[in-house]
Amino acid sequence: MTQKQPPYKADKDNQDERAIPYTLGNLEAGEPCCIPKAHLQVQNLSVSYNNITVLDDVSLDIHKGCITALIGPSGCGKTSFLSALNKLTDLTASAEVKGSILFDTQNLVSDKIDVMALRRRIGMIFQQPNPFPLSIWRNLDLPLREHGFRNKSVRRKKIEKSLQDVGLWDEVKDRLQDSALALSGGQQQRLCIARALVLEPEILLMDEPCSALDPISSCVVEELILRLQGKYTVIIVTHNLAQARRIANYAAFFWMKERVGKLIEFGQCQHLFETPKDDLTAAYISGAKG
Amino acid sequence: MADQIFKAVILACTAFIGLVFLWILGEVVVKGISHLSFSFLFDAPVNSGRAGGIAPILVSTLMIIIVAVSVSVPLGLGVAVWLSEFTKQGQKFATSTRLTLDVLAGIPSIVYGLFGNAFFCIYLGLGFSILSGGLTLACMILPIFIRTCEMGLRTVNDSWRKGALALGMTRTAAIWHILLPSATPAIIAGLVLGIGRATAETAALIFTSGYVDRMPESFMDSGRALAVHIYDLSMNVTGGDHAAYATALTLIILIVFFNIMAQFMMDQWLGRKVLSS
Repeated sequence: MTQKQPPYKADKDNQDERAIPYTLGNLEAGEPCCIPKAHLQVQNLSVSYNNITVLDDVSLDIHKGCITALIGPSGCGKTSFLSALNKLTDLTASAEVKGSILFDTQNLVSDKIDVMALRRRIGMIFQQPNPFPLSIWRNLDLPLREHGFRNKSVRRKKIEKSLQDVGLWDEVKDRLQDSALALSGGQQQRLCIARALVLEPEILLMDEPCSALDPISSCVVEELILRLQGKYTVIIVTHNLAQARRIANYAAFFWMKERVGKLIEFGQCQHLFETPKDDLTAAYISGAKG
Repeated sequence: MADQIFKAVILACTAFIGLVFLWILGEVVVKGISHLSFSFLFDAPVNSGRAGGIAPILVSTLMIIIVAVSVSVPLGLGVAVWLSEFTKQGQKFATSTRLTLDVLAGIPSIVYGLFGNAFFCIYLGLGFSILSGGLTLACMILPIFIRTCEMGLRTVNDSWRKGALALGMTRTAAIWHILLPSATPAIIAGLVLGIGRATAETAALIFTSGYVDRMPESFMDSGRALAVHIYDLSMNVTGGDHAAYATALTLIILIVFFNIMAQFMMDQWLGRKVLSS
């Protein structure tokens, strides 16, 4: 447990005693983010479906190794924002993305991108846990094979490590050949995180990863996300403001203006929650709006 | 009260259908079983089928079905995957393909027979042969098979599709390892429907695989199918009734056997890849 707690989490102290009936693996986390370094630079991003704009003119930097929370009411384009980052918007024929997303030297919007390679570097976790209807083992094995890991012992090591990282190894090591669908919701979600981590991505996109889970499972997954900080850049959509406050380094507040999603405020999580610059943000986080 | 009446009515419907089915089956079994024997299955017909057995007819039927299934399954799966995974909603070509398939599924089999005769027998020069018959049947069962498989693929949990792509897997991998195996029940249903139709087919085969009741030596030989044999015995051959019933019983047993086989093989091929829970 070498992971440092982020220094500014005042309300974290009394939560350390939360009783969690799971043990999480010892994730090799890097340093918590202190020096902001843009991992993804989003500039003037707009997303529209069937020529109806759902997200307009969003610009922000996603910092390396940090957890960035996207908050705001439903339908304000947070999920569309996430999908644009790993080009999952390509799946929807009518979707159109404008602006630019700089990742390394590439512009994900305009350049010709090898999406398969990109999605290996930018993993995604969905709201509903979506393990494949395969065995627990094959859920992790299949993506590795597809990305060209031919050596079985290499795959085995990676899978074992990944399952340990999400704290699932002890729970499933005796039934790796059983169906992944037989796991509980929380276990399924951790399996999905393990499945994303096994490909060693740099960035993880999480679309409300806890909202379909019971409180205890949600707690475990949250704890897990917190441990990803430092090693992975995490962008998480959440409707749970308390959760955003607990885990995020940066927060972005989205709101619908004239039926179009807009980025209202972006900044350090603490600042956004304690001294919001925008009145809308203040109203939303105080519960007066939204 | 209304509930009870409704319940009684649907129960009566069920009982009625069940009885009709049992009656048909019972008649075939009762009249056919006395004539059904080992030699009936393994002998050649004598005196237009009044005596002897149905061995060449069984073999022809099996060969026709082998042709029909081995052509229609890969083709059909291909089209189904294209329709469900690669077409965009509202795409004109896809919509018209679906419409065409639905119309084709409703066309009487005798029309397929005429088409098969004109195209396979005459135009392609295959003549009256098991190959022509099998290909005609393949055309006939493809529309139903494709549409059933397409429906099956569409009902596969969309989050698996997205999940696979979000992991940087190719579409091919998602289809091959996850979507097709998950759609196995629908694929089996389509196959069973198709085989059932093909095995029971008469009209389409009279014009294509022909009437000859000799043992076929190759797929280019003409061969008589079981259903054609039943038709011939009951319509054209006086005194062939008991043989007709025995053949009908064989046909029913064969269809049941095919269904079980189809289920088993699809399970082996695709179903073992997925684990529901």
